[in-house]
Amino acid sequence: MDKKEQNRIRNFCIVAHIDHGKSTLADRLIERTGVLTSREMKAQVLDNMEIERERGITIKSQAVRMVYQAKNGEEYIYNMIDTPGHVDFGYEVSRSLAACDGAILVVDATQGVEAQTLANVYLALDHDLDVVPVINKIDLPSARPQEVKDEIEDIIGIEAQDAPCISAKLGTGIEDVLEAVAVHIPPPDGDPEEPLKALIFDSVYDSYRGVIVFVRIRDGRIAPGMRVKSCATQAAWEVVETGTFGPGRFIPCEALSAGEVGYFTASIKNIQDTSVGDTITEVARPCAEALPGYKKVMPMVYCGFYPADTARYPELRDALEKLKLNDASLFYEPETSQALGFGFRCGFLGLLHLEVIQERLEREYDLDLVTTAPGVVYKVHKTDGTVFDLTNPSNLPDPSEIDYMEEPIVNGEIMVTTDYVGPIMQLCQERRGKYLSTEYMEQTRAILKYELPLNEIIYDFFDALKSRSRGYASFDYEIKGYETSELVKLDILINKETVDALSFIVHKDGAYERGKRMCERLKEEIPRHLFEIPIQAAVGGKVIARETVKAMRKDVLAKCYGGDISRKRKLLEKQKEGKKKMRQIGSVEIPQSAFLSVLKLDEGD
Amino acid sequence: MSLGVYVHIPFCVRKCLYCDFLSFPAETSMMRTYFDALLREIRAVAPDLQHDTVDTVFLGGGTPSLPAAEFIPPLLSCIRTELHIDPGAEISMECNPGTVTEEKLSLYHDAGINRLSIGLQSAEDAELAVLGRIHSLEDFLRTYAQARTAGFDNINIDLMRGIPGQTRASFRRSLEQVCHLRPEHLSVYSLIIEDGTPFGDRYGTAQGRRAPEQGAAKQGTLPPLPSEEEELAMSADTEEVLAAAGYGRYEISNYARPGYACQHNLRYWRRADYIGFGLGAASLLGNGTQRFHNTNVLPRYLAEASDPSHIREDNETLSVRARMEETMFLGLRMTRGVSRTAFRAQFGVDLREVYDAVIRQNERDGLLTITPEYLCLTPRGLDISNYVMAQFLFDTEQATA
Repeated sequence: MDKKEQNRIRNFCIVAHIDHGKSTLADRLIERTGVLTSREMKAQVLDNMEIERERGITIKSQAVRMVYQAKNGEEYIYNMIDTPGHVDFGYEVSRSLAACDGAILVVDATQGVEAQTLANVYLALDHDLDVVPVINKIDLPSARPQEVKDEIEDIIGIEAQDAPCISAKLGTGIEDVLEAVAVHIPPPDGDPEEPLKALIFDSVYDSYRGVIVFVRIRDGRIAPGMRVKSCATQAAWEVVETGTFGPGRFIPCEALSAGEVGYFTASIKNIQDTSVGDTITEVARPCAEALPGYKKVMPMVYCGFYPADTARYPELRDALEKLKLNDASLFYEPETSQALGFGFRCGFLGLLHLEVIQERLEREYDLDLVTTAPGVVYKVHKTDGTVFDLTNPSNLPDPSEIDYMEEPIVNGEIMVTTDYVGPIMQLCQERRGKYLSTEYMEQTRAILKYELPLNEIIYDFFDALKSRSRGYASFDYEIKGYETSELVKLDILINKETVDALSFIVHKDGAYERGKRMCERLKEEIPRHLFEIPIQAAVGGKVIARETVKAMRKDVLAKCYGGDISRKRKLLEKQKEGKKKMRQIGSVEIPQSAFLSVLKLDEGD
Repeated sequence: MSLGVYVHIPFCVRKCLYCDFLSFPAETSMMRTYFDALLREIRAVAPDLQHDTVDTVFLGGGTPSLPAAEFIPPLLSCIRTELHIDPGAEISMECNPGTVTEEKLSLYHDAGINRLSIGLQSAEDAELAVLGRIHSLEDFLRTYAQARTAGFDNINIDLMRGIPGQTRASFRRSLEQVCHLRPEHLSVYSLIIEDGTPFGDRYGTAQGRRAPEQGAAKQGTLPPLPSEEEELAMSADTEEVLAAAGYGRYEISNYARPGYACQHNLRYWRRADYIGFGLGAASLLGNGTQRFHNTNVLPRYLAEASDPSHIREDNETLSVRARMEETMFLGLRMTRGVSRTAFRAQFGVDLREVYDAVIRQNERDGLLTITPEYLCLTPRGLDISNYVMAQFLFDTEQATA
């Protein structure tokens, strides 16, 4: 490929606040560049994972190659790299950005600049990307494009007066966006004659081809037959196939050259050998130094995953290994629980990340999981002067061995319309928030700044925010550090036996309330048995709350009409099936759902 | 072989709010077409049943007493002509107050019906209204008296407990009112909230034990369901009042004076063969090895009634395991329980050998009693029979496969 061709490549991504229409715009761009006919378009081509479609959010980075005929008569190759919009996925955003030269910033014409808009723009600017703003949803009656343009210039400080005003939903203004990409986003640099230097920005596992590695070629070229290696692990392979990303499928090509985005396969079986952020180079002619890679992200939320069927532990391990392949932020290590057997302690960026991984394990790998209460990482300072990170509440030493404990604190920014400042401040108060300041962005909108303990926001803080602000508040946070806190371990006893998988760490002031709710919730979850079952919450051996599951007293089939017994059989089979999904703890059977549902107990509305 | 005959008459004045059986209102012309189809079906099926002697017949619904009386005698005479009916056969018919006259009842009696089952459900008019029944207590009392006058000496009355708004006191009044009439048989069962019925919409799902109160509160127009404690008390009252009045419990929800147990119903629990005629009717044939039911689609039934193979669905040959399971969960409904002799005669093995662990566990829990002859539920076991019965299903995936 010559320099002229390289000049007609554009590698870009789309960044936006959640719900500002990023995926819809991506679909339209694909549609207009004629990669697919309208008939072939699924509603949202990029979001091909089932979960994403259901939740309406984009989780996994993906890339698509498009061919665009610009107004100057030239044919451009656009590589669009999709990025997730949720705050939990900042890490994935950042690695996608590293494969791009520019970014389209989508801003909702009715909502204007939001907290995550800023966060993502700053990430893009950090990666030296040129940002092209686009005002979306101008078809809505409440659209205020001019104000939003001014807002972009005021708040972000990038030129926005010429920003295309579009409706991705209706498909208006899409040409302007495509044209702006050609004009405002620079072509990739890099020298095709230099030794190969390619950045891994993602990968997926395919049972036939092995690992499919997604790369951005910085310098040189990669082609089938070439021997390449990982700069990090030195593992080497022979390239089998190179190609680009068609919508929803891979399109093989002869070679990938500097500036291009695509994939290669090399019969790579060991998925640990190709981690995201690693640099690939040629064995015969290696590059002088590897690319800087990515900032490592530390998991902030931990929980235990256990296979519902204990025999499927190896399958769970394999599945986690494969997910880890394209989700470097996922952490896991084996652990055992008295109640649940063998499983894994897993670390996540946030609760949404946790739920997404859980759903992927259940759907893509067909695993039934039991999930334990998510918790954050506490620092335990022992009386002997040592400090350790506590990720599993069961490992908390005896109180006599603990000098003090620390918990992670975040700096939170909540953007909210002024009408809801009151309720939101109250919410932060309830979550042990420390008020810092209020900044008014305009007359109607304010940013509330709070310091909040991470463990107060990992469960349902987002939901609570949305419900108390009728959906108007948005939230962003970053880890501030650790602070000393009076923490206790709350144990749950079912029929007088402590269930280790239900223990969690809580601030001492919240222990009673949480213990009480936990008991109430478990009472709902645990089916009646032949005997009465006490459910108790205890701190340091002292019971602080109690509920009782009454003994089963009545469970009778209806009249069996006209000799039709098939319904009765089905009912009994269902009952029997339900029993199988229970975990036996002592003489009590607990449904697996109980282990996670008890976490969503904060907002009782 | 002995055989039972069930005939389904799917017509009703209107649907009760709790009902999820196959029933609907219809014009007289439709009823005529339906009865014609029934006769065609009976004639078509009869040649296969010539080795059997029919000793029970049951006309169920819907409301079999809704269609004009003239439809019933030809139906019964067709059954008599086409099949071998035992002279002492029990011939039952369901009947709802408000749909019959003395004349109609006499015609039924003359046609050979010798047992009536009257759906009362409650002796409180307010509760009848809540259920969406079409009759009052007075209508029922008239029907009952007319039935006696017409010569019926074997009458069942259906009662229901757990009706929205029902109290322990009102249920007791219903029980006492009914006992006072001295019917031969009483069927007392709990209202089950079924999905897809107006009650299901208002009180939550059949399985959701907690949903009811919240659902009712939301609705507002219907009274709440009785609490669990009240319903349990009603259960206990049923036992007490009926025992004192001389009725013996022979099945989970059935009580009779000595010698009046419903032979047709017992057939279901003992897994004796029966053939079902009519829309959606279920059959068990081949000495308990073959189950199927007729189509639920009316036009299809009407069009194909003369060709039984075209209207039968879900035809399955039951495996030994499936038959064992059925023998247990149906047989345990009878207070006497499952006969170990009958089990051994059918399967060549004692039920204790097959179900030893389950039986031991449930004996320990006070839910089952085993004697040399029978395995039966204890009174506590009867209250939570689902829980016990489910344990008699085998572990492997499809026991019926």
